[in-house]
Amino acid sequence: MGKRILIGVTLVLFGFLPVLQATAAEKPIKVGFVYVSPIGDAGWSYAHNQGRLALDGMPGVTTAFVEAVSEGPDSERVMLNMARKGYDIIFATSFGYMDSMLKVAKQFPKTVFMHCSGFKQAPNMGNYFGRMYQARYLSGMVAGAMTKSNTLGYVAAFPIPEVIRGINAFALGAQSVNPKAEVRVVWTKTWYDPATEKEAAKSLLDVGADVIAQHQDSPGPQEAAQEKGVYSVGYNSDMSAFAPKAHLTAPVWNWAPFYKETVAAVRKGTWQSASTWYGMKEGIVDLAPFGEMVPKAIRDSVMAKKRAIVGGKEKVFSGPVKDQSGTVRVAAGKAATDQELLNMKYFVQGVVGTLE
Amino acid sequence: MVRLSIHKRQAPLGWGACFVFLGAVAVSLVLSGILLRIQGKPAVAGIWLLIRSAYFSVYAVEDCLIKAVPIFLCSLGVAFAFRLQVWNIGAEGQYALGAVGASWAALTFPDLPGYILLPLMLLSASVAGGLWSFIPAFLRNKLRANEIIITLMLNYIGIFFLEYLVYGPWKDPTSFGFPMTKNFSAPAVVGTIGQTRLSWGLVVCILAGIASWIFFRFTRLGFELKASGDNPRAAQYARLPYTRLVAIVMVLSGMLAGWAGLLEASANLNRLQPSIMAGYGYTAIVVAWLASLNPLLIGLASFLLAGLRVGLEILQLDLQVPAAFGSILEGLILLTVLAGGFFTRYRLELRRRP
Repeated sequence: MGKRILIGVTLVLFGFLPVLQATAAEKPIKVGFVYVSPIGDAGWSYAHNQGRLALDGMPGVTTAFVEAVSEGPDSERVMLNMARKGYDIIFATSFGYMDSMLKVAKQFPKTVFMHCSGFKQAPNMGNYFGRMYQARYLSGMVAGAMTKSNTLGYVAAFPIPEVIRGINAFALGAQSVNPKAEVRVVWTKTWYDPATEKEAAKSLLDVGADVIAQHQDSPGPQEAAQEKGVYSVGYNSDMSAFAPKAHLTAPVWNWAPFYKETVAAVRKGTWQSASTWYGMKEGIVDLAPFGEMVPKAIRDSVMAKKRAIVGGKEKVFSGPVKDQSGTVRVAAGKAATDQELLNMKYFVQGVVGTLE
Repeated sequence: MVRLSIHKRQAPLGWGACFVFLGAVAVSLVLSGILLRIQGKPAVAGIWLLIRSAYFSVYAVEDCLIKAVPIFLCSLGVAFAFRLQVWNIGAEGQYALGAVGASWAALTFPDLPGYILLPLMLLSASVAGGLWSFIPAFLRNKLRANEIIITLMLNYIGIFFLEYLVYGPWKDPTSFGFPMTKNFSAPAVVGTIGQTRLSWGLVVCILAGIASWIFFRFTRLGFELKASGDNPRAAQYARLPYTRLVAIVMVLSGMLAGWAGLLEASANLNRLQPSIMAGYGYTAIVVAWLASLNPLLIGLASFLLAGLRVGLEILQLDLQVPAAFGSILEGLILLTVLAGGFFTRYRLELRRRP
């Protein structure tokens, strides 16, 4: 009998020990993530999930996620349930979650809500995003240097400023090393549809593109490029595993530092609702490792440019920037403001395609 | 040697059907438990969590009812058409058009008071949804076109039309180029009942359900529909106006799906955006069959299915199983229950061969 009690007490103690330690060191904290697509092996949600996994390593932090949550009413319910279950911080990682999150945030003023890629805020709801266009520019430099046909293909999801900004940055990067380079755009009107994305890439290959870039979640376009024996530029996460012979590099997300920073701030009580738009300097966006086919000279010039952007010496959208009709959109000697970047609704010269 | 033979039941199963249903649910839950176990998750606790968070808490019931509203209206609509053996697969498109119709009124007359604007939205949603389902009815009656194909194809056209509007003329200029209309003005939003999150749409559902039950049970038109559906050729001999009936059920069907679109846009999203398309129109078909086209059972089936989805979400969150696992469980449960329907119509007999 006594032995049994002893075992019981020991078990209870061991069970509580981690909790006790956590309270002694820091308050335990529960963090929830809402993803729009399945995590999978690559892509947008995969990149966010890598950030979540980094949080799991912090003492006293537990995380959970729900994936493939469609925007609209379903997402509202998922966030509501996280808040009801006492999650301290909720990260929602798709634009379409914005209004639902705002509704839930108003009902749970003590929970911290973080929305990725939107613009609405509340006292307990901030938003965050990264200056992906900086990494896009660098990937454009690689593509512009590697192309022989001077035609770069770009499989793009939706004609919204975020995507348009990326295409323009890519085109400017390509033109900076190869003035003859032009970027052909095909809209798929989907974020994630491997078959459609691959077909769109093939249509670009048929008009002579020999580097395929993408603003999509699946590696479908990468595979299309590899099958044709040409090059590709990935997106979101390093996609080289899907097309090792084609993959030049990829502009990638690296959310871990920002997620850690946010959790730490909430814990210390210093978190404040803000609109965060970090860039390459803070490490939220970066370039995936170069494929071995990229010559050293190109790597060096891209890395030099990266240092200049990180150091703040150079800006991607510095004038003169002309749109497709030749109208000057950013005057010489000036750089586009954040407002202009967030509202970008034109293609720069050298992009072939329409905004529809 | 034992031989298994299948016989059609002579008399309907009556209350026994309930036991078949419950038995099928039990079988599917056991199978789900085994799947959970294979995933390395607690089987019994997992299934209990699923059931509890789907149906046995105040939050759960509220969430289920909210999600059940559009499924119910779409399903009630397709059940009208199915009764007549007209295969309307187009609830998805009719729902889209209903949302478009309602949004048109909400965006064009934002300043009207609610008691005028909401009926106007209801009217425009009904017209838009009804028109979208009248097209296949017309083509079927005049050109003998196959309504399955026409309604299915019209879904894509309807959804593309919705997308054209939110990407183009109706796009909110302050949305940073994202595809969505402006927020509806306050009078255009269907309010909530008291302190709950439930909208008055729920009351619309209850009324519509009761009305359709009365319609089939007590009206002449309802009787004609049932008679023609059971045997179209006999109905034509009896000089029932078959083509007119086809047009009527299709328009009713489209109107009900249109109302679902209105309620989702107004009460849930407060605007029109592409994510309003959540596949309710297709879910509705499964629900209608599960409920054997009975309006009251459709209500129950919508609630149960909505609950299943809500519960699976919680299962994902608390046990951290992948989303695909939730879809597998949903498919498994639906399939088992539909397959269970077999035993309400047939019985198995074991015979020892001499």
